Amino acid sequence: MRRLTPYLLALPSWMWLAIFLVVPMVAMASVSLQTGNAIDGYAMTFSFSNYGDAIGRYSTQLLRSLLYGGLATLAMLVIGYPVAYWIAFKGGTRKSMYLFLLLLPFFVSFVLRTISWNFLLSDNGILLGTLKGWGLLPADFHVLATTFAVIGGLTYNFLPFMILPIYVALERVDPRVVEAAQDLYATRAAAFRRVVLPLSLPGVFAGVLMTFVPATADPINAAILGGTSNTMIGNIIQTEYLTNLDYPTASALSFTLMAVLLVGIFVYARALGTENVLEAAAR
Amino acid sequence: MRGTRAGDRLLHIYTWLIIAWLSSPIAVMILFGFNDKQSKSNTTWQGFTLRWYAELFDIPDLTTALVNSLVIALVSTAVTVAIGTMLGLALGRHRFRGKGVTNFLVFAAISTPELVMGASLLSLFVSGNVPRDANTIIIAHVLFSLAFVVVTVRARVVGLDPSLEEAARDLGATAWGTFRQVTLPAIMPGVLAGAMLSFALSVDDYVVTSFVNGSTVTFPLWIVGAVKTGIPAQVNVMGTLIFGIGVLIAIGNAVAARRRA
Amino acid sequence: MNPLMRGMTQPRTRRDVFRLAGFSAAGLALAACGVQGQKAAPPKADAVADYWAKQRKNGKVVFANWPEYMPEDKGPLEKFKQDTGIAYEYKEVIQENAEFFGKADPVLRAGQPLGYDIVVMTNGIQLQHMIELGYAVPLDHAKLPNFQANAGQKYKERAYDPGNKYTVPYTSGVTGIAYNTELVKEEITSIESLFDPKYKGKVGMMADAQEIANFGMIALGVDPEKSSEADWRKAGEKLKAQRDAGIVRKYYDQSYIDAVAKGDVYLTMAWSGDVFQRQLAGEPVKFVVPAEGGTIWTDNMLIPKGAANPVDALMLMDYLYQPAIAAELDEYIQYVTPVPAVQDLLREKAKTAKGEDKKALEDMVDSPLMFPSESDYAKLRNYTPLTTQQEQVFNPIFQSITQA
Repeated sequence: MRRLTPYLLALPSWMWLAIFLVVPMVAMASVSLQTGNAIDGYAMTFSFSNYGDAIGRYSTQLLRSLLYGGLATLAMLVIGYPVAYWIAFKGGTRKSMYLFLLLLPFFVSFVLRTISWNFLLSDNGILLGTLKGWGLLPADFHVLATTFAVIGGLTYNFLPFMILPIYVALERVDPRVVEAAQDLYATRAAAFRRVVLPLSLPGVFAGVLMTFVPATADPINAAILGGTSNTMIGNIIQTEYLTNLDYPTASALSFTLMAVLLVGIFVYARALGTENVLEAAAR
Repeated sequence: MRGTRAGDRLLHIYTWLIIAWLSSPIAVMILFGFNDKQSKSNTTWQGFTLRWYAELFDIPDLTTALVNSLVIALVSTAVTVAIGTMLGLALGRHRFRGKGVTNFLVFAAISTPELVMGASLLSLFVSGNVPRDANTIIIAHVLFSLAFVVVTVRARVVGLDPSLEEAARDLGATAWGTFRQVTLPAIMPGVLAGAMLSFALSVDDYVVTSFVNGSTVTFPLWIVGAVKTGIPAQVNVMGTLIFGIGVLIAIGNAVAARRRA
Repeated sequence: MNPLMRGMTQPRTRRDVFRLAGFSAAGLALAACGVQGQKAAPPKADAVADYWAKQRKNGKVVFANWPEYMPEDKGPLEKFKQDTGIAYEYKEVIQENAEFFGKADPVLRAGQPLGYDIVVMTNGIQLQHMIELGYAVPLDHAKLPNFQANAGQKYKERAYDPGNKYTVPYTSGVTGIAYNTELVKEEITSIESLFDPKYKGKVGMMADAQEIANFGMIALGVDPEKSSEADWRKAGEKLKAQRDAGIVRKYYDQSYIDAVAKGDVYLTMAWSGDVFQRQLAGEPVKFVVPAEGGTIWTDNMLIPKGAANPVDALMLMDYLYQPAIAAELDEYIQYVTPVPAVQDLLREKAKTAKGEDKKALEDMVDSPLMFPSESDYAKLRNYTPLTTQQEQVFNPIFQSITQA
């Protein structure tokens, strides 16, 4: 019976993923190798050059997405870790309240959040206008329609997905262990580095996986917050699919993106000191 | 350790600042729920009114959309948490055949662009002649939130000391008893965090839903459509109520936890 | 001969063999991805007549529309029900043309019904695909007397659907220039202002390939409807130079209107209906149709292939062209109505109305944004009609500018 346990535990998810993810993914793989056009139809021609063409045309946007996704993930890690740390060790009976408050803004539609950000951040609006009025900012300073805004938007929108898993991993660490470590090592920093950080790594890994991947593929922030040269690969996939009805190019780009992200996560897992990427998350 | 205390206090303030940052657009949303606007657009302050609260349910399609969203989010969260926790346990604790493939699928589920996921699910439903309605939306929402629950639960499970469970079993507890009384409490923070993420993902999804919804409209879908002519202020009020109820639940939870402690 | 050998010796069928191999390799899954051709033959006149001869009134109709496109009390639909005995279902299920087409395409391709008898789509690439793929039922104009009698001439001569073979307008708007009157100190009249280095970093352009292409061409003195590939390339160069000079702040979706009302951009390409709403809210924005020309866009009603109740749908479409009904719709939507008689009806209504209602009605009747003047109408151009092949040239020219 015990030997069967993991299979029974995995079975419902396996079925879900097999029917609703694997089947469409195989279909997508096949579409990515077809040629034709939307009106006459697409036919399978094993056209691997679709990949070369798509990557050649959109390498700028692909690399830019990885850069933005990476920077946003780094920002989330730096901003989010202290929050997760404090809630896990000092949140007391209010732990769940803090977590809930962090997530609550995301229960409300992104359209409303976006409209509000446009209101708050407009060039002469409540924030920038005031600062400009005090002479703290130059008159033509702006946040919207810049690279900074896109990365900031990604950081904002995915931050809870970084904080929560780190919290979850840290919360199981007994505070007495931390106190003992603080007694053992000379400084708080050393205690943190030797004891707390290693114990939180599964959470950090989960957090990075859950933020880097969707942030890199995200089409919304670049479209809303970006300027004339901030287009990300998610926007391109959207245009190719919905406007140009070029399903092969859209599929090829999606697969390329997934492959690149997989490699990225692999490299990252190696950096964390894990041999096998597929096992990394389980460490 | 006085330095430590000061550090903690600083982190306490910092945490509230982050909460304030994340909530700042919500403040604007709440404010404009009280705007006495004279046209369809709701972006300039034109005076205070409670009119939109009185007329909250005057747009029947919007009300239906909100109810649809909440029901779909609750059901899909329940399903996702149940099966996702199981898989998270399996991945975090056990060795089994197909583990590598499973890890890969979990990764793939997170990295599939939403548009591709929505479009390919629709093709699947169309070719299987499955009518699109709230059920297909729930299927899709479980699919894209599943990986997030699995990854979060797994981050909790790995490194948990298995000796407690062994002790429970040695003392004659059944497998189910061990799970309910030992394992589940130990992984509960991971399960709760996963549930919150899953609810947030579901209740705010636009792209995937827009493909598999048939003629069922959800809150985010209705709002995106309404952008064309101007979002009615009732949308702000509904957002305010969701947020307000959430805050009440959060506070209630903290009070209850203090009583128990 | 086995299929592979035949494939090697007969190049013409090689594609089919590979297709077969692809299918077996991917197994069942491929059923999900069949993207077969759907090229629609132009309908023969008698085929259209045959189709309509076979249809009967069923006493119900399902109308799929955008949110906020029908008064909350569903007045026009209620009156339709009283007058004709046809029950209606009204669904606010359309959010974006692209997403709506993306969702409808696989369903209609598989020969399944969408479940709607009328859908509303904006003229543009997706509507062209609907027509080209045969997803729109050709209309029986014998059953559209109100449309014939009451629709304005401009709405009967649209390049995307000559002769209104598949569509009739629901509501319209004008694409022109909006500017912030507090920040722009001159009267904007020319499209060249969008290209003026004086407004560097303060100009908004639209992200939509067709919208921005139209303005590029109009700026060059080309009528988009009659444009050639060479014109597109020239327009592309002009727009690229505009971007490279840093004049454009951003390629906007509908959020341009916030940007110009708040002063993030000083002037921008704009849709008339948005500007009208901002003026009502007291925001400092003004709309002009440039002297060189602007464009007219239209949201259109069409009957999707496989609709269960086409006769009832056609009756409803025509019913909405009664001036009184069109007036009721337009008073709520506040865009440009395809029925010119509405202006007089609303003017009459304003005379007897009181207080705020009177003021609101007068604002509408007097606004060139809801009722463009003859001289404005004369300046309005149609979009470039594109075949799928032309699209494959047209789209990349402009997308490479807006999506760099």
